[in-house]
Amino acid sequence: MSGTRLYVPRDASALSLGAEAVARAIAAEADRRGAAVELVRNGSRGLLWLEPMVEVETPAGRVAYGPVRAQDVPGLFEAGFLGGGRHALALGPTAEIPYLKRQERLTFARVGITDPLSLEDYIAHGGYRGLRRALEAAPAEVVKTVLDSGLRGRGGAAFPTGIKWQTVLKTESAQKYVVCNADEGDSGTFSDRMLMEGDPFLLIEGMSIAGVAAGATQGYIYLRCEYPHAHRALNAAIATAYERGCLGADILGSGRRFDLEVRLGAGAYICGEETSLLESLEGKRGQVRFRPPLPAVKGLFGQPTVLNNVISFASVPLILDRGAEFYRDYGMGRSRGTLPFQLAGNIRHGGLVEKAFGLTLRELLYDYGGGSLSGRPIRAVQVGGPLGAYIPASGFDTPLDYEAFAAIGGMIGHGGLVAFDDTVDMAAQARFAMEFCAVESCGKCTPCRIGSTRGVEVIDRLVAGQQPEKQEALLRDLCETMTHGSLCALGGLTPGPVLSALNHFPEDFKPHAKAAA
Amino acid sequence: MKTHLQEHPLHPMPAARPLPAAERAAVLEVVARLGDKPGALLPVLHGVQEALGWVPPGAVSLIAAGLNLSRAEVHGVVSFYHWFRGEKPGRQVLQLCRAEACQALGAAALERHVKHRLGVDFHQTTADGRYTLQPVYCLGNCACGPSLMIDEELHGRVSAAAFDALVGEGA
Repeated sequence: MSGTRLYVPRDASALSLGAEAVARAIAAEADRRGAAVELVRNGSRGLLWLEPMVEVETPAGRVAYGPVRAQDVPGLFEAGFLGGGRHALALGPTAEIPYLKRQERLTFARVGITDPLSLEDYIAHGGYRGLRRALEAAPAEVVKTVLDSGLRGRGGAAFPTGIKWQTVLKTESAQKYVVCNADEGDSGTFSDRMLMEGDPFLLIEGMSIAGVAAGATQGYIYLRCEYPHAHRALNAAIATAYERGCLGADILGSGRRFDLEVRLGAGAYICGEETSLLESLEGKRGQVRFRPPLPAVKGLFGQPTVLNNVISFASVPLILDRGAEFYRDYGMGRSRGTLPFQLAGNIRHGGLVEKAFGLTLRELLYDYGGGSLSGRPIRAVQVGGPLGAYIPASGFDTPLDYEAFAAIGGMIGHGGLVAFDDTVDMAAQARFAMEFCAVESCGKCTPCRIGSTRGVEVIDRLVAGQQPEKQEALLRDLCETMTHGSLCALGGLTPGPVLSALNHFPEDFKPHAKAAA
Repeated sequence: MKTHLQEHPLHPMPAARPLPAAERAAVLEVVARLGDKPGALLPVLHGVQEALGWVPPGAVSLIAAGLNLSRAEVHGVVSFYHWFRGEKPGRQVLQLCRAEACQALGAAALERHVKHRLGVDFHQTTADGRYTLQPVYCLGNCACGPSLMIDEELHGRVSAAAFDALVGEGA
C-alpha cells in the first residue's frame, strides 16, 4: 500500500521557506483524513520563488502547487489536490511550466524529479551508464571523450577539463587523487548545492569516472561547512554507494577500486582556490601555492590530482553515456554544452536555469527572471560571484559565452547572476568588494593582503570628496597592482567589481551623491 | 593507542588552562577516532568543535601532541579559518549572510536590525548567553534572501518582523 505519491523538496532553499512544516502538515492531514499518501523528499526543480513547491503524481503526470505554506495544506486536500484538483496555488503540469519547459536540462536532468537518495531511482533515470561505458573503454579513450566534448571547468576558470585529466593520466605515480571542489563560496551561486542535495549519485559517478580515467583510487569532496544539508545528502549517498558496490574495492564488479570521502571546509572563501583547497585538505592553513607545479602534476600530498568543480564532474556521466558530440552540439563558440545559470539577488523569479551557452543576460533577467523583485528597474547585475564585474543595462545584450564576457571585462564564472535595482549604491558595492578581499585574503601575497585594506580606505576618501581626482588615480593604480601582482584570483580579480562600478556608475562615487541620498 | 600523549602545555599563555577532565576526554576521543586520516587536522578540529562547541585554547596542545604537529601549526590553522571558534559561543550560533545577493534584498538593513535587537555586534554573544552572532559570506540561498542560519537551520526571505518572530522572547 503506497497511495498517492507526493513530492515535497528537501532542498535547503525550500526548507528555508518552510518545506519541512509543509511536509509535516501533509502527513498529519493525510492521517486525519485516512488518505494514503507516499511522501518523497525530492530535490528542488529550481523554481525557487515557488518553493515550497509540492508535486502530486497523477495518472496524467506530475502537477505542481506552490508556493505552499503549512496553513494551505487542509485547503489543498479539500480541493482534491491528490487527484490534481483545482486550487489557487495550482501551477498545472510541472513539465509544462514555461520556466522549466524552455530549459535544456542535461546536468540537472534528474534534480527535482527523483528521490535523491534512492539508487534505484538514479539507475532507472539513466544513472551509472556513463561509468559502465568508462569501465569498458581504455582510460585514454575516456579522457579523449571528455576532451572532445569541449567541457570547460564550471567552477569559474573555464579551463578545459579533459586537459587536466590527460595531464594526470600521463603523470606516473603510485597514488593519484580525484578532488572535487565543492567550496561554492561565490555569492549568487547555488547550483553545486542544489546538485549535491538533489542528485548526489551523479557527483559520485562523475568522480568515479575521473578516477577510472586518470588511474586514481581515492577521491575527496571538499565541501564548505555552510552546507549542512548537502553534507548529509552526500554522506547518505556515499554510504549507499558503498553498500551497493558502486564505491570501494570493486566498483560495479569491475575489479577497480575507488574510495570517496567528504571533507568539510571551515569558512574560508579562499579555499575555493584550488591550491589553497589542497593545502586545507592536507590539514594546513588555506594558503595559496605557487604554480607551477600544477595540481595535475603535484597536487594533494604532492601527487597528481584531478581537481574539478561539482558541475564539471556532474557533466561527465552524460558525456560518456551519450557521446562527446551530443554535449558539444549545445553552446556557441568555444563555450560548449550547457551551464546551470543561477538567478539571484533582487529578481522576481529567482532560481536555476540550465541552458546552452549563448543566450543573453537580458533573456535570463527578464524572460526567465521576470525583472526585479522590488518592481524597480534593474540597474546592475554582478555576474560570476564577488569577483565578477558589475554589468550595467547597456551590457545586458551580451551573449553568455566565456569569450564574449571576457571581451566586455566580465566573467561568467560559476554562472551566478546577482541583480540589483536602482536603489543600489555602487560605491558601497565597490567598497564591499575590497572589504571582502581584506577579510578573506590568505595573506600570502602583499597586493591582496595590503592592497585590499588600502582599497577600502581610498574608496572612503574618494566618496568623502577628499581630493577626488587624486584618489581615483590612486585607486586605479592600486587595482592595476592587484590585478598583475597578486598570486591568485582573489587579489587578481577583486579589481573587477571595483573598476566596473567606477567605470559604469561614476556618479555614485561623487560626494554629492551621498549628500542627496 | 593514543591515550598516553606527551603533551606540551602552552607557557606562558594564561587562556590555555588545562582542560576539565570531561573536555579532555572528548578531545582525546576525537583524536583517537580521526587522527589517523591523511590530513587529519581539519576533521579533528571539526570533531572537537562539534563535541565542545568551540576549540578551547587548552585543546591545542593536546591535538598537537596527538597529531604530531607543533602547537603553532594547530593554533595557526584554528585562527586561519573563520569557522573555528577560540571562544565559547552562546547556546545557538546565528549566522547572518552579508554577501551580495542578500545585500541586493536589504541585508544591510537587516544586519542593523539584528544587531540592535540582540544588542551585540558580530562575533559577540548576547547577554543571556543564548545567541552568538556571526557574519557569513553566503549560505547558498541567494534567490531567497536575505538569509540566516541558526545552528543548522536555514531561513530565507528574512524580514525584520520575521527575525523578531524567529528569536521570540529570547532576545
